[in-house]
Amino acid sequence: MAANTSAKTLGFGKAKSDKAANDNKKPAYKPPKAKNYKHVKKLNRSKAGNGILFFFMVICGIFMALPLVMIANNALKPLDEIFQYPPKIFVRNPSLENFSDLFVVMNDSWVPFSRYLLNTIIITGLGTFGHVIVASLCAYPLAKHEFPGKKILFSLVVMSMMFTWQVTQIPTYLIVSKIGINNTQLPLILIAWQYGMGLYLMKQFMEQLPDSIIESARLDGATEWQIFWKMVMPNVKPAWLTLAIFQFQQMWGNTGAAYIRSEQLKPLQFALQNIAAGGTARAGAAAAVSFIIAAVPIIFFLACQSQIIETMTTSGMKN
Amino acid sequence: MEPNANNGQAVNVAALSHEENLKIAKKRNSLWERVKSKRACYAMMAPYIILFILFTVLPVIVSIFFSFTYFNVLEPPKWVGWDNYVKLFVEDEIFGIALKNTLLFAVITGPVSYMFCLLFAWIINDFNKKMRTFLTLIFYAPSICGQAFYVWNIILNPGRTGWLNGILLRWRIIQEPIMWMQTEKYVLPVLMVVQLWLSLGTGFLSFIAGLQTVDKSLYEAGAMDGIKNRWQELWYVTLPAMKPQLMFGAVMQITQSFAVADISTMLAGNPSVNYAGATVVTHLLDYGSQRYEMGYASAIATVLFILMVGTNKFVQHILGRVGE
Repeated sequence: MAANTSAKTLGFGKAKSDKAANDNKKPAYKPPKAKNYKHVKKLNRSKAGNGILFFFMVICGIFMALPLVMIANNALKPLDEIFQYPPKIFVRNPSLENFSDLFVVMNDSWVPFSRYLLNTIIITGLGTFGHVIVASLCAYPLAKHEFPGKKILFSLVVMSMMFTWQVTQIPTYLIVSKIGINNTQLPLILIAWQYGMGLYLMKQFMEQLPDSIIESARLDGATEWQIFWKMVMPNVKPAWLTLAIFQFQQMWGNTGAAYIRSEQLKPLQFALQNIAAGGTARAGAAAAVSFIIAAVPIIFFLACQSQIIETMTTSGMKN
Repeated sequence: MEPNANNGQAVNVAALSHEENLKIAKKRNSLWERVKSKRACYAMMAPYIILFILFTVLPVIVSIFFSFTYFNVLEPPKWVGWDNYVKLFVEDEIFGIALKNTLLFAVITGPVSYMFCLLFAWIINDFNKKMRTFLTLIFYAPSICGQAFYVWNIILNPGRTGWLNGILLRWRIIQEPIMWMQTEKYVLPVLMVVQLWLSLGTGFLSFIAGLQTVDKSLYEAGAMDGIKNRWQELWYVTLPAMKPQLMFGAVMQITQSFAVADISTMLAGNPSVNYAGATVVTHLLDYGSQRYEMGYASAIATVLFILMVGTNKFVQHILGRVGE
């Protein structure tokens, strides 16, 4: 498997190619320059330890990679291979006919697919972006300020994550109807903005920030808003990128069926799942659908994840 | 003398109470002052708090209210007091099984998955950039692809062609193919493995991000303080530095392992063979979305909620000792 082949290219003990070049563009409240940690030595890492850990990783990695491998191969399988019994993982005669099938089905739909796509961009985009902002804004005071009501608010948020969401659906629906935003895309977006997990994640990362950098910015005359945008958010970039990954995935997978009845307002996910549910006649198109449904969050994931690793090498917080 | 003394005391009391009144007034004043001085904070939190109260706090309160009623969605809820809870603990035998299974998930899958998240994140953190992104994707794949049912159906296929049966038959460990999801004693262990496979997502990614934010100079300082091997480095330097992420990961594991339901319904069916795969949430779904007894389902949710909050308290207490 793929993990095997790259075994030779990795180096456990190698020092990372950290370039501590700090190209920070904010002149006003710049954190103190990063020291160059190029020469941090990884200490005493035994070869045997590396070997055992690596072997363990490969075994687990093969299992974890299964869904990725299967989705990619199924999407390329011609119909006779899809229905083959017993199923094989790897495709023998790869073809793109599943995707052309899918496009044919898509062109038949009475709501144009560009409409579904636009809806998805609105719902997923606003849901993800808005949540990161709203949750971070609330997390900063919780992490770095003392004020009346702080403890209660925070424990309410953590506890809210432990209430089974299936039972709160009916009350939520009633509230959405009462406000009068039923059958719009608003409830999907607004409900996504207040997920407890995002706030908790952001708060935990902001807590790690040293008080000194916030204090010094305050002494320089920065307002709380300036501190938030120019000091806190740049320094917790790994956190909000991670949150964006979670939220994007959640929003992308949402069919919106609970709140949206009008066909013109529904997201792409709804249309795609309808195609995939078309039975054996559409098995090929369904395989292509699975691929697209998985591929979009994966691309987003890769974009964010490589940024996360990037920030680690360039940020110089906590000196 | 006596009345005089009494009088003096009374005056004192009056004075004291007057002073106290002042103090209380001052305190109130200072509370208001404190609120006012932090008004930027409240402004920042306002959007979240408003939405949170509207779409989380209110629905939860309403659900807890429903748990004291008979509510079938069609008619308005009827108040029944503690009836749902009494029925749950006294009459409902399946709830006992479901509770036992859920606790097993929480005690076994939760901690094991937590350790795996941490271990994998920690190992992956040592690779170079490209490799790290690639490996993170691989280990996050089950969470992002959502193909659990499809993948495990092929592995656990009850015929000779199922992968697991095929391998075990070839190695002569078993003579006959096993119907994994139809045999009572295999259901729960298999579901645990699947849950383990599926649950690496959230905690794992937050650990990866947490490891990125650990201050590199701490490692230098640690080396000077005489840390000898990587395990010591992990325990004394890395883990204490990422305690906030450890707390977060623990809450995510609790919410996941107590709420196991989808994989059980998909792979073992609901109801499963002799309820071998029943969990509290599958039981809840059975009442909530199949029998439309929302009152009873809400009571189940409330019990589960109390259980999870208690577990969280306990786990946070343990995590407070990391690195000591």
